[in-house]
Amino acid sequence: MDGPVDQIFVTAKDWLVGLAPAPWQPLVSALISVAAIIAVFAGLFAITTVLERKGLGRIQNRYGPNRVGPYGILQPVADGLKALTKEDIVPRTADQVVHFLAPLVLVVPVFLALAVVPVGRNMVALDMDTGVLFFFAVGAATELSVFMAGWSSRNKYSLLGAMRAIAQMISYEVPLILSAVTVIMLVGSLSTVKIVEAQAGYTGWLPHWFVLTPWGLAGFVLFLIAGTAESNRSPFDLPEGESEIIAGYYIEYSGFKFALFFLGEYIGMFAVSGLAITLFLGGWHAPAPFLNWIPSYVWFFAKLMGLIALFIWVRGTLPRLRMDQLMNFAWKFMLPMALVNILAAGLWRFVPPGAVRWAICSATIVGPYALLGRALFQNKHWAKRTYRYAE
Amino acid sequence: MTWPFIIIALLTIASAVATMTLRNLVHCALAFTVTLAGLAALYLQLDAQFVGFAQILIYNGAVAILVVFAILLTRGSEPPQQAIFSSTWALGVGIAVVVFGVLSAMVLSSHALAPAGPAPAIASVREIGDQLMTKYILPLEVVGLLLTAALIGGVLIAMHETKTK
Repeated sequence: MDGPVDQIFVTAKDWLVGLAPAPWQPLVSALISVAAIIAVFAGLFAITTVLERKGLGRIQNRYGPNRVGPYGILQPVADGLKALTKEDIVPRTADQVVHFLAPLVLVVPVFLALAVVPVGRNMVALDMDTGVLFFFAVGAATELSVFMAGWSSRNKYSLLGAMRAIAQMISYEVPLILSAVTVIMLVGSLSTVKIVEAQAGYTGWLPHWFVLTPWGLAGFVLFLIAGTAESNRSPFDLPEGESEIIAGYYIEYSGFKFALFFLGEYIGMFAVSGLAITLFLGGWHAPAPFLNWIPSYVWFFAKLMGLIALFIWVRGTLPRLRMDQLMNFAWKFMLPMALVNILAAGLWRFVPPGAVRWAICSATIVGPYALLGRALFQNKHWAKRTYRYAE
Repeated sequence: MTWPFIIIALLTIASAVATMTLRNLVHCALAFTVTLAGLAALYLQLDAQFVGFAQILIYNGAVAILVVFAILLTRGSEPPQQAIFSSTWALGVGIAVVVFGVLSAMVLSSHALAPAGPAPAIASVREIGDQLMTKYILPLEVVGLLLTAALIGGVLIAMHETKTK
C-alpha cells in the first residue's frame, strides 16, 4: 500500500534533490516538480488529442486519424511539427503586444492550477492551506486572456467570441465554486491534501468518497457541468462555434500560438477534472480495499482518463446550446441547485448518521430539483419542429 | 526590505504608472489588472494567503472583467486624439500631494508601526472563518444584504420592460 513502487517518484525526486548543494535544494525541488507537471500533462495532452479524434470518429461512424504511425498514434507529433513550422500571422491592425501576450496568459495559469492537484500519495507540488482557493484564483486569470485574445485581434468575430466566452465563464464560475463549497464545508479545510485524506477508508467494499453521498453526487454532477462550461467544451462551446463565429476568440491566431490556445484548453480540462477527482472521487484512493496494491498515481490517472472519456463522449453526442439556453441553465437551474446542495450538505453534517440522514438529505435535493424542473418547463409549449423554408 | 518585496513593489508601481499614462483605455485596464495582481502578491508575501487569493479571484477575475466590459460597452476603445493630460494637472498634483501627506502622517503616527512585542500569529483560513462567523457576523450579514439588494437591482434593470397600456 505504502510500498516502494507507490513512492517511486517521491524517492526519485528526493534523490535528485539530494544531489544539489544544500542552499539550492528548495529551488531544485520546485524545478523538478514544475518539469514533471509540464512533461506529464503536455504528454497527456498529446495522447488525448488523438484519442479524442479517434473517439469522435467512431461516434460519427468514420475512422479518425489513422495515417501517421500505427493506428495513427503519432498524429500529435505531426500536428506539433506542423504548428511549429507554420508561419505566424499577426493581423496588421492587431494590437501586437496584447495579441502576443494572450496565449501566455492562458497557458501559465492553467499549468499553475495543476500544482495543487494531488496526483498520488505524497505527490503534490504545492501543499497549501488554501489550495482550492488558489485553484479558482488562477482559473480566474484565464477569462482575462480570452478577452485579450478577442479584443486585440481587431476582428468582430473574435470580439463576439470573447464576449460570449466571458459571459459564459463568469456565469458558470458561480455554480462551480458553490458546488465545491460543500466539500470544503464538510472537510473543514481548503487544502487539497486534507480533502483527499478525508475520503480515505472503506465501509465494506465501498470507499468513503464524497460522490457516494447525496450532496456529493449532486455536487459532482453540478461541478462537472460547470467545469465543462468553464473549459469551453461541447455542448458549451459557443465561444468557438465554428458554424456561427468561425472559431471565436482565437480566429486570428496561427501556428504555435494557436497550438498554445489548444494546449491551454485541454490543460484546463485536465485541471478541472483533477479537481473534481480530488473533491468528489477520492483523489488517488483506490475504489476498493483489495485494489490498494495498485500505486496511487495509477488510480489518479485512471480516474482522469475516465473523466476525459466522459468529456469526449458528451462532445460526440450532445448538440451545442443556444446562448439564451446557456444563460438560463446557469442562472435558473445550476445556481439554485448549488445553493440547495449547500443546504443539503449542512443537514448531512448535523443529522446523525443512518438511513434517516440519507432520506433527509436526498429529499432536500430531489424535492427542489423536481419543483425547479417543473417550474422551468411550465410555460414551454412543446410541438413538432416546423421549418419555414426547408420542408 | 527583501528582494521579492522590491521586485513586487516595482512591478506594482510601474503598472500603476502605466495605468495612468497609457493612451488606450483597454491597455490602461489591462495594466490595472497587473497592479491588482501585484497587490495580491504583496499580501501573499505577508503570509496572508486567503486575502491574497481572494484578491486575485475577485479583482482580477471579476472586477477587471467588469472594467473591461464597461469600457467596451460605453465608448469606443480608440485612443483619444487630444492630449491625455488634463489642463488642470497642477491642481491634481497638489491634491495628490496633500492626500499622500495626510495618509503618510496618519500611518506614521499610528500604533500599527510601533514595534510590537511578539509577532502576531499567521491567520489561517480557519481562524478567519471562525472570526467571520462569531465576532464579525453582523458586518458579514450587512454586506450580504447589500449585495443581495444590488443583485435584485441589477436584475430589475436588465429585465424586459413589459408594455404598459
